[in-house]
Amino acid sequence: MTVATGARRAASPALERYEAVIGIEVHCQPKTASKLFCRCRADYDGAPPNSLVCPVCLGLPGVLPVLNRRAVEHVLRVGLAIGATIPAVTRWDRKNYFYPDLPKGYQISQYQIPLAADGRLVVETSEGPLTVRIRRAHLEEDTAKLVHADLDGRAVSLVDFNRSGAPLMEIVTEPDIRTAEGARRYAEELQLLLRTIGASDADMERGQLRVEANVSVRPRGSTELGTRIEIKNMNSFRSVERAIAHEIERQVAALEAGEPLRQETRGWDENRGLTYVMRVKESEDDYRYFPEPDLPPLRIDPAWLEAIRTELPELPAARRARYRDVLGLPPADAAVIVGDLEATALFETLLAAGSPPKAAANWVTGEYLRHRKGGSVPAERLAPARLGPELARLIALVEAGRLTLANAKAILAAHLEGGEAVETLAAGYERIDDAAAIERIVDEVLAANPAAVADVRSGKDQAVRFLVGQVMKATRGQANAARAEAAIRSRLGQADGAQGPTGPAAADQGPTDPAAADPGAEPSP
Amino acid sequence: MSGIRPAPSGADEELTRLGVGELGALLRRGEVTATQVALAHLERAERQNRALNAWLHLDREAALTAAGEADRRLAEARRSGSEALAACHPLLGIPVGLKDLVSVRGGPCTAGSRILAGYRAPYDAHITERLRAVGAVILGKTNMDEFAMGSSTEHSAYGPTANPWALDRVPGGSSGGSAAAVAAYHVPAAIGTDTGGSIRQPASLCGIVGLKPTYGRVSRYGIVAFASSLDQIGPFGRSVADAAVLLHAVAGRDERDSTSAPVSVPDELLALPDDGGAADWLRGRRLALPREYFVPGMEPGVEARVREAVAALEAAGAVIEEVSLPHTEYGLASYYIVAPAEASANLARYDGVRFGPRLGDGRDYVADYKRTRGEGFGAEVKRRIMLGTYALSAGYYDAYYLKAQKVRTLIKADFDRVFAAGFEAIVAPTSPTVAFPLGAKLADPVAMYLSDACTLPVNMAGLPGLSVPCGLSEGLPVGLQLIGPPWSELTLLRLGRAYEAITADAPWRRLEPSDLAALDDPATPTPAERLALARAAAAATA
Amino acid sequence: MAALSRADVEHVAHLARLGLSEDELSRLETELNHILEQYAVLARLDTDVIPPTAQTIELENILRDDEPGPSLPVTDVLANAADVADDFIVVPAILAAPDATGR
Repeated sequence: MTVATGARRAASPALERYEAVIGIEVHCQPKTASKLFCRCRADYDGAPPNSLVCPVCLGLPGVLPVLNRRAVEHVLRVGLAIGATIPAVTRWDRKNYFYPDLPKGYQISQYQIPLAADGRLVVETSEGPLTVRIRRAHLEEDTAKLVHADLDGRAVSLVDFNRSGAPLMEIVTEPDIRTAEGARRYAEELQLLLRTIGASDADMERGQLRVEANVSVRPRGSTELGTRIEIKNMNSFRSVERAIAHEIERQVAALEAGEPLRQETRGWDENRGLTYVMRVKESEDDYRYFPEPDLPPLRIDPAWLEAIRTELPELPAARRARYRDVLGLPPADAAVIVGDLEATALFETLLAAGSPPKAAANWVTGEYLRHRKGGSVPAERLAPARLGPELARLIALVEAGRLTLANAKAILAAHLEGGEAVETLAAGYERIDDAAAIERIVDEVLAANPAAVADVRSGKDQAVRFLVGQVMKATRGQANAARAEAAIRSRLGQADGAQGPTGPAAADQGPTDPAAADPGAEPSP
Repeated sequence: MSGIRPAPSGADEELTRLGVGELGALLRRGEVTATQVALAHLERAERQNRALNAWLHLDREAALTAAGEADRRLAEARRSGSEALAACHPLLGIPVGLKDLVSVRGGPCTAGSRILAGYRAPYDAHITERLRAVGAVILGKTNMDEFAMGSSTEHSAYGPTANPWALDRVPGGSSGGSAAAVAAYHVPAAIGTDTGGSIRQPASLCGIVGLKPTYGRVSRYGIVAFASSLDQIGPFGRSVADAAVLLHAVAGRDERDSTSAPVSVPDELLALPDDGGAADWLRGRRLALPREYFVPGMEPGVEARVREAVAALEAAGAVIEEVSLPHTEYGLASYYIVAPAEASANLARYDGVRFGPRLGDGRDYVADYKRTRGEGFGAEVKRRIMLGTYALSAGYYDAYYLKAQKVRTLIKADFDRVFAAGFEAIVAPTSPTVAFPLGAKLADPVAMYLSDACTLPVNMAGLPGLSVPCGLSEGLPVGLQLIGPPWSELTLLRLGRAYEAITADAPWRRLEPSDLAALDDPATPTPAERLALARAAAAATA
Repeated sequence: MAALSRADVEHVAHLARLGLSEDELSRLETELNHILEQYAVLARLDTDVIPPTAQTIELENILRDDEPGPSLPVTDVLANAADVADDFIVVPAILAAPDATGR
């Protein structure tokens, strides 16, 4: 505690003289229905304790493992997605150690020949693109869960074997990362990749994605590696960044103070904002790896690999590039859409239905995300397969000039609230473009608002906006605002043009709408 | 014990002298019931187990339930006609014993160890399911060296088993309980496991037939593991045909064992040739005699019986040629690295957390682990865990474990060469000695390990091996080992059947184990008492 | 090959989580060294170019479909455990992370 606060105070000037070297180890749960080596269900999250357990995952005498094909294919998918080398033949190894969460006293894992090796992932950081080399990705079985408890005054640990034997993919980078932000960005990008290819739901809160970091610091310019410290218990992307930033400061402060660093494992305490010692490594672990005799080797036939490759969807990096370079989306919009699988699915549905990319992107990044984050819309109404066709219809009506943007948004809100079809809702919102109809309404408005008319005549141009607003109000927003304004000016003997920064578009677009910044949002009449 | 339990005489006791085929014929004809057969065997086993200690658990209730079910199935088949009767598996209604490392749902499974005291398996092993499916009557669980580590059954935490041929001698091991039970007519057939000779060597020492199938032939699912790449499950019987029938019932692919091979199990196992046909089949068969198997330390009487058996096969028309298996001498050392290494991992699960007794004060899990394991395992098991852990540990892996796996390649290649040269089988001794006295080798682990010198190379190569009785030396049984290429069990059994046929008239075939009568004598010491006496005598001379 | 010292025997016993008495440690030191002497025979063989054999059966790609099946009833999962509470298996409080260093 005192070290940490001291470090924080002393660090800032010294930090500049050091460079951090960071490697990330991610464990994620491949998306399978059953466990890795037995047929118990793998959706252990929230299940009653010890309810998803069989002799195999309980490690009873006499049991044997049988490998889940889908779990293997998920790792192959990841390997292909990161451009890794896939071995022609791989096998399984036993990693031996004793711990109450490890029922057999060994973990079936991969040691010598991982399913994927030498891949890479490029991530965007505030300092530009960062290429992170991925040393290996392999498959292993998960351990049971230990819960610490007090049992009638006795400190105990409770073991729940539901997670025991669930598949686990370990993805280890080279120490290529130099900043806490880079580490967070790598973890985020990896999560996106895993979700995009369907290999894992990779939900950190549910333990499907666990991030550990190896952090060392060294004086800038040095090529030697400092004492490596492992950080665990980082339960969100934010805590990954905070924990590593803190750890870099702590290590630098220690070195500046002449204190030696020990090779150790530290835990991140989110509440206190510091890392604490979990385990000091006095000597190297001796896991006594040897080939698992209960499982035959796995030959990865080129045809098998090719079939998996063919089924891979477009990967996030390629998708961002396409949205940016081919569809002409601003990079920020492309990143927002690609970073969100549901948004991507909706966007692709809109494109497939013929919506113009920029308009579609505006609707997705604006209204769609706003409604989704608002949390009041039932999830099924936001499902891309259901919402897509409706939203595409809505965009088409706007594009055809039959709906104002404001009314289109109101229709979307009504559709999401009540579920009524866009077509039906739009019937009451057709835009009034007809000159005679608009002039009739303008006349009524002018007659009812003599004070404003006088203001306009005396040169107070903002009174025009008031009158346009009254026209819109009278038509429940259906009037073509530009034509209404033109009619008002013409009736009051004013020339068109002097509209200033608050032109007619302001009536259509709320000031907080990000789409307002994009001229592509409103079709020109 | 209160007084003498009279040895029942008459028809029911005589049933125990019959083999699987004969009992099956009586059952199908309805001349006896499976319940009668089960009771006859149960009563003999219960009565004699004090003096033999072949059984760790006899489950009378479960056996009689299974026998009653077999009787219903037999009655129904009889009503349905001869085809339905013929479709019944020959094991229907036949009592069998299981080595106490085979999981039987709801029953004990100690693997001969204190560390599994009180454990009840919540599931059936694959072979248990198969035996239930064919209607075999499981009488109980047999004694064994702890975790199948040993060659004498003296390493059982539940006391040693005696050899029915000489109650002061070992039955061999580790499947000594099964072998002794079959030899003493407690069951016509039993299941054992063989990691380095644990079926063949006790079969040899007890004068019965024992088969170690090809690795992958019988599913290991539900069998307590010793060394996963070497363990195989196999049958004991008093005749080759009986062993073949039991193999047929338990062999075949099981999707729960990834090393269980998708190789079909021939139905010919149920119809081995009769004496005439078997002898005819033998003519012209090429058999190899490996010179390295007549090892130093082999007893002259054993070598004599084996060479006589080879001569008999040759006289009956087999073509015998001497061959070399040059890496045989490296078998022992490499085996005693590979097997303990695998065992050190397989036995890590015995930690007192999920099953078995837990020792310690509950304050520190590492301390509790050490006490649970230190007191739960016997000396031989701890020795092998230590050896295996050391062989895999950092800095020694290459020198020991990896080296042993490379030598394993050479041992396997030796066998491959012989079979590639057209030999159908290798004939060799099973054990270099006859049954040795209780306690004789307990003080010297290496001497005990040498008991398996002729059998463990077969496990290292994953091959099938059959041991058949081939006479007596100093009044004790000698075994002839027949080794074949992968999946050649049928050939080995035909060969064994042929050897039975050509020696059918040999005087030794008519001899029963010499100490059977003493098993019914309440004054007979228990095997544990005999071992204690032997140890006391050894201590006095030392 | 190098002989095992008493400290080596203690180290291996710790790696294997075997609590051994002083007598057992002494006896094992003698026995293990005797057995290791028998292993010396292997050093005579040149195995540099020989591939290791880990399994004798020539099987590959034994995989199962990802189809869930039944688990055991909770009572069966807990039935053999020495210490149980609220459908959990109870062990001494675990404060330290796993350690496989043998020290």
